[in-house]
Amino acid sequence: MSMTVVQKILARATGQASVNVGDVVEPAVDLAMSHENAALVINQFTEIYQGTGLPSRVWDPSKIAIVFDHRVPAETSKTATNQKKVREFIQAQGITKFHDIRGDEGGICHQILPENGYVRPGAVVVGTDSHTTSHGALGAFAFGVGATEMASIWTLGTVLNVEVPGTIKVVVNGEFASFVSPKDLILHLIGKLSAEGANFKVIEFHGETIRKMSTSGRLVLCNMAVEAGATSGIVPADEETRRYLREEAGVGESLDMVSPDPDAEYERVIEIDASQLVVTVACPHTVDNVRPVLSVQGTAVHQIVIGSCTNGRLDDLAIAAKILKGREVAKGVRMLIFPASWRIYKESLARGYLTDLIDAGAVVMNPGCGCCLGVHQGALADGDVALSTTNRNFVGRMGNPKSEVYLCSPAVAAASAITGVITDPGKGAN
Amino acid sequence: MTTQMKVQTSTLVGRVILKLGNDVSTDVIYPGRFMATVLPAETPQYAFADLAEFNTQLKKKTFPPHSILVGGNNFGCGSSREQAASTLKGHELVIVARGFARIFLQNAINLGLRTIVCPELEASEGDDLEVSEGRVVNRTTLKSYPIVSLPKARQAIINAGGLIPFTRKRLLEKVGKN
Ligand code: SF4
Repeated sequence: MSMTVVQKILARATGQASVNVGDVVEPAVDLAMSHENAALVINQFTEIYQGTGLPSRVWDPSKIAIVFDHRVPAETSKTATNQKKVREFIQAQGITKFHDIRGDEGGICHQILPENGYVRPGAVVVGTDSHTTSHGALGAFAFGVGATEMASIWTLGTVLNVEVPGTIKVVVNGEFASFVSPKDLILHLIGKLSAEGANFKVIEFHGETIRKMSTSGRLVLCNMAVEAGATSGIVPADEETRRYLREEAGVGESLDMVSPDPDAEYERVIEIDASQLVVTVACPHTVDNVRPVLSVQGTAVHQIVIGSCTNGRLDDLAIAAKILKGREVAKGVRMLIFPASWRIYKESLARGYLTDLIDAGAVVMNPGCGCCLGVHQGALADGDVALSTTNRNFVGRMGNPKSEVYLCSPAVAAASAITGVITDPGKGAN
Repeated sequence: MTTQMKVQTSTLVGRVILKLGNDVSTDVIYPGRFMATVLPAETPQYAFADLAEFNTQLKKKTFPPHSILVGGNNFGCGSSREQAASTLKGHELVIVARGFARIFLQNAINLGLRTIVCPELEASEGDDLEVSEGRVVNRTTLKSYPIVSLPKARQAIINAGGLIPFTRKRLLEKVGKN
């Protein structure tokens, strides 16, 4: 029987020769990730064991990853106390893949997992975070779950009652024009599909453009697949996946390079000519409200953010530094940089990117989610407009329901920092 | 949330206390700045915190149990935060929407928050809805709308009374205690 990548992964994870779309299966989990919300998972996990007379032990401490990133360092004593409770649990259960608030190991979960080689092609990866879809960039079936679902996974090691999802195939060919990036591609696709166009489906990425794209770019695509409602995004593993895992993540073991059958059945095939794409932004207050940057050029902004699990990697900081080197962030604009991990922070420091950005007037924050979800740093004033390389612009996303958020690529963010208004990096900023 | 939690399948009648549009995000239902509050007993106070007036009414317990929120398509899109489901469950609300986002729907079912998928629903605030097997009747306009049943994979969890009892049962089977 012909299968998509995700069907193949689920067949392996359930010990079956094949699975059909719509089958209800119980796949074994290879990696289960949580961040600070592990505090709630622990609560639900303890409740499952209540009254059973059994000691509450997780099924396999080596398959659980916990990364503190949402509020680092803790902004309130309440958060600090939650983090303490999670640390104690980790210690008691012997969980080893733990990334605390530390310069030698910390960062955003969706960067920490790939860069430490925790994610492998063909794996089933679950996370108590909707952007767990990111890890499809390495050929894994990766999806977000709630805290109670995770407590159930910690107990049994499987995800109960998963319906095998149908797949939308997206084929991208052609070369990007200058300043067009994976972020513009995914914003374009979300605009085309709408915020719910891929609900309950997987998006499988194919085509020359994807084959040539770095893992960093693929992470952007899979990260934001959930903004079209997708259960997961996935790039079938290839040479670039192998290169990344070997060279950047230090993985030595053999890899299971799962690819779809050539005659696999897709619910829909979407073809995109990358050479026709333009620099794109998502306007307030939905991610599918996408427009060419030119149509909103000139909109005044108050805060610019480069960072997050979407666009806080080395190539993102490199292009921002290139655009801002020797230039100045416009007066009255606050520019905040959140590298996605401390490894990226140190590397961009060594390459001089951070110095260039600081000299231009940007503020470099510690790696973490920062102001992406509006709980911690970089709050917005009433009436403020933010331009951000993050992935969501819902009302109140950055903490203030009376503010507006535009989403864009690092190049747009950097070019706009110079002018203080939304700017096409190919045209403005000089 | 307790182990006694019941997911109702019987007929219920409730009044629409809030009508929302498409793509209601988890940031609107439960703003991210309250995410350090995790326990289901504590989350209800922040339901729709940025809709200050509605939030106040909820906290004052103005609405009887089974009052209804009506949503458009893609209700609960965005974050996986389970608080978005527990905060509504805490007020014993029923959510009738044209469609739900995947993770929110899953969380709602896991916690026993009653969610009804009714793709053609027309209802206004103040209308009384009767929800029964297979359909929603708007008692105010006297129109009837079909319900789409929840994903079949989820039915067993609903029948078990939520994911905690469902998992506990599986755990006991696994260790041969049942
Ligand atoms: S950076 Fe933003 S989107 Fe990414 S994990 Fe953190 S809060 Fe979520």
